Formats: sequence, structure tokens, C-alpha cells
Amino acid sequence: MEDIYAKFVSQKISKTRWRPVPPGSLQTADTFAAGSWDNEENYVSLWSIGDFGNLDSDGGFEGDHQLLCDIRHHGDVMDLQFFDQERIVAASSTGCVTVFLHHPNNQTLSVSQQWTTAHYHTGPGSPSCSSAPCTGVVCSNPEIVTVGEDGRINLFRVDHKEAVRTIDNADSSTLHAVTFLRTPEILTVNSIGQLKIWDFRKQGNEPSQILSLTGDRVPLHCVDRHPNQQHVVATGGQDGMLSIWDVRQGTMPVSLLKAHEAEMWEVHFHPSNPDHLFTCSEDGSLWHWDASTDVPEKSSLFNQGGRNSTFLSHSISNQANVHQSLISSWLSTDPAKDRIEITSLLPSRTLSVNSLDVLGPCLVCGTDSEAIYVTRQLFS
Amino acid sequence: MEELDGEPTVTLIPGVNSKKKQMCFDWGPGEMLVCETSFNKKEKSETEPGCPFIYIIRKDIDVYSQILRKLFNESHGIFVGLQRIEEELTGKSRKAQLVRVSKNYRSVIRACMEEMHQVAIAAKDPVSGRQFSSQVSILSAMELIWNLCEILFIEVAPAGPLLLHLLDWVRLHVCEVDSLLADVLGSENPSKHESFWKLVTILVLQGRLDEARQMLSKEADASPSSAGMCRILGDLMRTMPVLSPGNTQTLTELELKWQHWHEECERHLQDSTFAASPHLESLCKIMLGDEAALLEQKELLNNWYHFLVTRLLYSHPTVKPIDLHLYAQSSLDLFLGGESSPEPLDNILLAAFEFDIHQVIKECSIALSNWWFVAHLTDLLDHCKLLQSHNLYFGSNMREFLLLEYASGLFAHHSLWQLGVDYFDYCPELGRVSLELHIERIPLSTEQKALKVLRICEQRQMTEQVRSICKILAMKAVRNNRLGSALSWSIRAKDAAFATLVSDRFLKDYCERGSFSDLDLIDNLGPAMMLSDRLTFLGKYREFHRFYGEKRLTDAASLLLSLMTSQIAPRSFWVILLIDALPLLEEKEVVFSAEQTYELMRCLEDFASRRPVWREPGVQRLQEDVENTKLEMLRLALARNLGRAIIKEGSLEGS
Repeated sequence: MEDIYAKFVSQKISKTRWRPVPPGSLQTADTFAAGSWDNEENYVSLWSIGDFGNLDSDGGFEGDHQLLCDIRHHGDVMDLQFFDQERIVAASSTGCVTVFLHHPNNQTLSVSQQWTTAHYHTGPGSPSCSSAPCTGVVCSNPEIVTVGEDGRINLFRVDHKEAVRTIDNADSSTLHAVTFLRTPEILTVNSIGQLKIWDFRKQGNEPSQILSLTGDRVPLHCVDRHPNQQHVVATGGQDGMLSIWDVRQGTMPVSLLKAHEAEMWEVHFHPSNPDHLFTCSEDGSLWHWDASTDVPEKSSLFNQGGRNSTFLSHSISNQANVHQSLISSWLSTDPAKDRIEITSLLPSRTLSVNSLDVLGPCLVCGTDSEAIYVTRQLFS
Repeated sequence: MEELDGEPTVTLIPGVNSKKKQMCFDWGPGEMLVCETSFNKKEKSETEPGCPFIYIIRKDIDVYSQILRKLFNESHGIFVGLQRIEEELTGKSRKAQLVRVSKNYRSVIRACMEEMHQVAIAAKDPVSGRQFSSQVSILSAMELIWNLCEILFIEVAPAGPLLLHLLDWVRLHVCEVDSLLADVLGSENPSKHESFWKLVTILVLQGRLDEARQMLSKEADASPSSAGMCRILGDLMRTMPVLSPGNTQTLTELELKWQHWHEECERHLQDSTFAASPHLESLCKIMLGDEAALLEQKELLNNWYHFLVTRLLYSHPTVKPIDLHLYAQSSLDLFLGGESSPEPLDNILLAAFEFDIHQVIKECSIALSNWWFVAHLTDLLDHCKLLQSHNLYFGSNMREFLLLEYASGLFAHHSLWQLGVDYFDYCPELGRVSLELHIERIPLSTEQKALKVLRICEQRQMTEQVRSICKILAMKAVRNNRLGSALSWSIRAKDAAFATLVSDRFLKDYCERGSFSDLDLIDNLGPAMMLSDRLTFLGKYREFHRFYGEKRLTDAASLLLSLMTSQIAPRSFWVILLIDALPLLEEKEVVFSAEQTYELMRCLEDFASRRPVWREPGVQRLQEDVENTKLEMLRLALARNLGRAIIKEGSLEGS
């Protein structure tokens, strides 16, 4: 990828997220939010990737992303999601969940809603509670779901001061990430390799379904759902493995793909082109997985050399009896047919790539080497 | 011990009066703690309240600069890349690669300098503005030194190209000329501009003769009276022999040509060709390398190394590297003229011209406020195989010593510690042990951070540290009542003792509440269950409950029995296990076979006989009574079951 811009920002970036474009508009992504971690003072910031045609006076810097505004954030930014065009939800290591409001007129951010003790521990001896990091947040207007190291699941409404629903002790271990399956069902992953489906219509604190990796209980760090086929779910684990699950059947992943050498921190299906998947890892790599079936084009890619490589998916359960044409390319289990093209997107190996986001032809990622990378030509 | 190179600087801590109070201190990695003590010579400490503060004193303050962080992060990537350069690469390709690395480092310094410059201009209050400006000058000096070292030590330019490199070096660092050039050329009548001759002189001093010639032609157009002189001088400028990279001429050829050209210049001066124009005459003298004429332009030369390079250009264009130091020393003496003494920067450059690498690094270490520069430069020079002979009388070699200092500084920083890891990795002697000491001191605020630290340790097989981190996390989880998490961490650490402790907590909770918590974990222990006996018991006991819940009574019964006979169950739990057997004994169908019943009876008697005898009356007495009743019930049930089992087995055998 030639057109990938790096900018050093003097803070380790834990999360990067594109601002959604208004539905139906032809606009491409132009603004993203970033959160920092492990600093004495952490920030949530908004960045503009600017106008491509606009030539900067410096010359040559026109592709650079510029800071629009930032605001202090108490604790590490553990997760970040755009609630809508103006509002950003941030999860903090202090257990606090904050909704920030962006004022485009004077380019400032302000706090519009805050739940300070969304996640907390209750110690054995002391009645007072200590805060627990909130590890994940997911939004679906007007609802916000958060999970944390305390194994708690909170359901908030953006305009309610109190949690609408709280599942205490939902998980005995740390919940690492959460996503919506289909409202009102959510999906969580935890540190003992389990994928749990929760239905908010049900009372009690039992999940409606538990899926798990076999044997090794490898912690799962991230989860994303296929944008069109809601039963297809991808997760990334501590060993860097990518797992594809079909939540309708079985309790084990459909396929396990050997991927990174260390923790996979995030996985994302491309929202409008879901045959493409993106992963990033503690080992400092950012990968683009292409499972689209148009083989002729791909063969040309093989010959380019470089870091391109092909992987075959190892199918685990071979019981898919669904009609072939309906199967997503991620679920097909025919190894001969099912080739996935993997491309490494970063020019050189860096420290951990903590977060990535894709929207249209644009990708943004943030690293521990205090750089934010942006590319606007993913499929060129 | 070597003697000190200078007086150590005194750092005053605001708010601490070391004259009145005795101080105490403690060293930390990259930091020092200082506080006042209440020890007093005159024993009147009660009258004055002690100082309530402990001060943290950091020696490497540059680490805390927002802009320099970019330098540290970006150069980290270059550093790691440099360490991976294959050793097999030799000769030209290796040298080219090392020069490229050096240029990368310099471009990072420059980028940082430019940003610092922007910030300095934009700074609102003068104090911080001054601070940024001084940082800019430090960065600029760093780049200047690095560039010279690159030419002399890495590029190792031979006579001829050496001067071209030095000229580039001077041009890059005396850059006011470009704005002046734009200014003069932009004016309506360039040759009448007040700085016209200043500009032409600077261009000649920097050896930019083509540009100087163009300026002269403008002068010629404007004043026909001096047009002839300008043309002659312009011709001299044009004909000055220079080494061009693509040219194949030998050094002797060049020297010969240059000698002719030099004589021609001299002839013009003697013929008083330029007598009518003092400006042109002084330019001609400069081109002859006339020292007095050069020294007249002191203001335009700015500094002695510019003087040196200009002097070499017009008097010794084919200077050999070995002779550089002679000219350097005399240029410095001539330029300063005894008026001022050399500054640290002058000494560093002079040491470089003398090819004394160790002196360069030593002077830089003393003069600069951070370890970044010396650590990276030394490492690069070490890769050029220039430092092998030098060993320190402490620690390991110099490269490693400086890298360790730099990395320790990074580790003292709350956020940059991750960069330090790679530097330690490339210190073969003391890097590992330093990393072990530092990594344990990283505060683990979230599990995610802990996972990152763990990954660092696991990649390096630092088992002791892995265990300690997992233990810290497990302890934290226990304190927070997160038993599931605690168990996970102790399994990851393979810490059997802690797993036992957590399992006991689970069993205790079960005894109190009558139900298990965290079933999602206990039901999925898998092979991890084998870590400790207690954990195995916990897992198996839960399995028993599951069998019972699923009405797999025979499986449940044999599992329950084996828990006791295999001695895996803790003694304190036997009574619970025995009582758990009661409902199974009371089932309509016979669950325990006769043999199993005998074993159960043996277990019961074993338990009863080893029970501690309560000496004190009261509550415990009551408890004992309750227990005795239970045991009696059990005996009864066992006897009944034995009877039923014998009948059943007997009749089965008979049929």
C-alpha cells in the first residue's frame, strides 16, 4: 500500500474510529476519533483527513491528517464508538463511560453524559467498591451496552442517568469485547475463550447460548459480526488466531485461521464489502483478508511477491448442509475452493497495532509507537 | 577511576533548604527520591515542622517533552531496522545501507526541529518560547554533529569528495542565504539591493559559484562600467575546476588544473584587474583562499567551521582526511583570534575532525541533556565496526552502556517504557537482566496493559516475571472477589499453590451458599484441572453435581466414591461428600453396589475415627452432636443399601 500516511502524535493510541457518514450520502469518510492510553493525561481526539485536492502550503503534506479538537479523558481509553454523527462514547479504565458531544461550529468536544461507576468491583472485606476497567462498548441508538473486567454487562440509554439493565456477574472472567447480534441480542467474548449470546428480553443472568474454543481456553479479545449475515461472527484470540463462527449451529468455530503471532486486538468485516476482513495485532501487523471469490484477479496478486501469502482455512466442523449459494464465503469449508488472500498493510513492523477501523475505501489504525496510519485507497 | 571531566552541576530543588536540614535520598532507575529528614545537629527538631514532601528528581527531562517523544518513537523504528541489517552484507552495499540509516536518523531530527521551531514561534509566553528556541538550537547542533560524523566516520569520504561533502554540510546548516537570495531576487533592481554584495559574498564563501555568477551578470547589466570586470571574475568562477561525481578524472589531474586556475586568479589580482571595484577584488581574494580576506568576512561566515571549509575550498580542495585536523585546529584559532574560548560544540566538532570518536561521544554525553543522541550515534558507529577496541572499566562496552542508560530513561517514563524493551533486547550482556528488573516495576493498571507486559516476558522466556505478573493479577482478582478471574490467572501462571487457594475459596463459598458460582469457568477447566489436586477435586466435584442433575446416578456414585478413595478430597470436605451420598443411598433403584457400599463404610469409619475430639463444651459440642446424628443416619442408610445391593446382586447372579 503506497498511500498510507503515518503521523506521530505523542501519545499511544488505543482506539481509532471513523465517524459514520450520514446514511444515503455519497460522502466518504473524512473524520475519525482516536483515544490514547497509558499517558499521565489521556485524550479523546477528533482528526480530519482533510480534502484530497487541497494543497497544503508545506507541500507534500496534503495527505496528512490534522487534529480538529481533543478533550481530556480520565483513565485509559479502553474503547471508543460513535453513537451518531456528533456523539462519541468512550469507555475508561476507571470504569466510567462517557458520551462526548462534538460541536462542529467552534471545533470543541464536551461531556454530554457520564456514568461514573458503570463498572466496579466489590471487595470481600470492604463494602466500598473499587472501580473496574470498562473494556468494551457498543452502541445502537438509543442504547449503549458496556462490558468490563468485573464481568458485568450494562445496558444504558443515552438520555437515562441510570442503567436500564445490569447483569451482575454475567461472566466469571473478564469480558473483553461486545457487539450486537440482532437487537436485543448481544454477543460477548471473554478471557477463557468463550463466546456468549445474551438476550435482554430474558430475565436472570444466564446467557442464552455459550460457544467456546475447545481445550485450551485461549482468551478472545475481539469480536465482529458479518454486516449482512448476522449469524456469521469473527473473533480474534490471544494466540493471534482468527476464528469464524456460525452462531446458528454448533458450539465450536467453523474455521480457525492461523494469523498473527501475538494477541489479535481487533477484527472488522468491511461494512459494505464483507468479503474483506481486517485484523490488527500486538505483534505490530495489520492484515487485510480477502475472501472474495473472483479468482482470476487474485492470481495476478500472487505474482507480486512481497508479503502476500495465501492461507487455507482449516475446517473444523464439516456439517454445513446449507445451500451452497447462501453460504457466506467465510463459512464455506471446501479448502480447495476457499482461498483467502492476505496482505500486510503496514510498510514495516512497529509496536502493537491496537485498533483499526474501515469505512468505504478508508482505513485508520493506531499504534503503541504513537503513530496513526491512514489510507484512502484500500482497494486500489 | 578516571578523573572528572568537569564540575558536576548543582541542581537546586525548590522548597528544600539543604543548609538547614539534612537530606536523604534513594536512587531509582532514572530517578532519585529526595526528602528532608528530621535529623538535626542541634536537637530542636520539634520546634520546626518537617517538610511534608518527597521530591522525585529526574535526570532525563527531555523524555517528558511532547515533541521529542516523536523523535524517540520514530527513531525506535530506525534503530530496530538497523539491528536487523544482515551481517553478511559487506563492502559497498553495507556502507550504502548504513549511510541511509544515518540519513534517516538525521531526517527525524530535522522534522522534530522544524516542529519545535513552529511551536517556538507560536508560543504565547516568552518563557516557554525561549525554552522551545533553546531546544531548537540543541536539535540543530545534534544534527550538525551527526552530519559531520556521517561524512567522516560512516561515509569515509576520500580526498576530493570529502570537500564536496563538507561543503554540503556547511550549506545545509548555514541556511539564511536562501531567504536573502529570494529577497534580493524579488526586489525590483537586484543589483541595487542593499544586501546585494553581502549575498554575492556569501554565495562565494559557500562555493555556490554558479549562482554567484548569475548575480554578477545582473550587476554587469546594471552598471556598464564594471561589466568587463564582472565578466572576468565570472569566467574565473566558471572555470574553477571541481570534482564532479560522474567525472573520471584523477585527483592529480584535478590538482594540476586547479593549480593553473589558482595562478590565473593570482595574476588577475597582481595585475590589479579588479582595482576599480573593492567588492570584486575582495571576492577574488576570497577565491584565492586569502586568510586575511576570509577573516574580514567573519560576520558572514558565522562560525569557524564555515571558515575552515571555505578556506579548504580555495586553498586545499583535495585535502586528505588525515590532514583535516591540522586545518581545523588552525581555523578555530584564527577565527576566535584569542578573543573567546571554544564552546562545547566547537570541541565536539574539533574532536570529530581529529577522528577521535570516543572524545566526540564523551563530549556529547556531557554537553547534551539526553541520552538519545549518544546512544543512537554510538550504536550506528558500532555497526560501522569503529568501536570494537574500546572497552569500559565498568559495565560492558560503551555502546551497550549508553543504550542501557537511554532505555532506563525510557522505562522511567509512564508511557515510553514499551520502546525501551527493544533497546534492552539488543544489549547482549546486561540487557536481559536490566529488562527483568525494569519490567517488574511497570504498574499494571488494567488487564490489557498486563497482557502487553506478559507478552513481552513470554516472548523472552522470562518465566519468573510471567509468574510474578500472573500472581499479582490473581491476587488482585481475589481481593476484588473475582474468583473466576483469579483461577484463570493462576492457571496461566501454572501456579499450583495459588490455584489450590482459589479452589478452597470456591469450595468455601459452596459450603456457605450450597451452590457453585462461576460455572462457566469450572465446567470448562479441561486439562487445566490437573494443575493442583484441589482444583482437580473442585472440577470433579462439580462434575458429580452435573451427573446428579442429569440423573446419571451410577456415574455420580462411582465418581463420588473415587473422590474419597483416591484421597483427592480434602479431609474437611469428607463429611459433605458422605452426606452427598445419602440421597443416592435412598434412591428407589440400588445405585451403590455391595462392594461400593463396603468402601463407603470404610470411608465413613476412617473419617469418624480420625475426627478431632472436641474438648471444650458449647457451640462446638452442639455441632458435634449434629454431625454425630448425621453419621448415624448414614450408617443406617449404608446398612440398608448394603442389604438391598446384596439381594439385588444375588438375584442377578442367580438368574
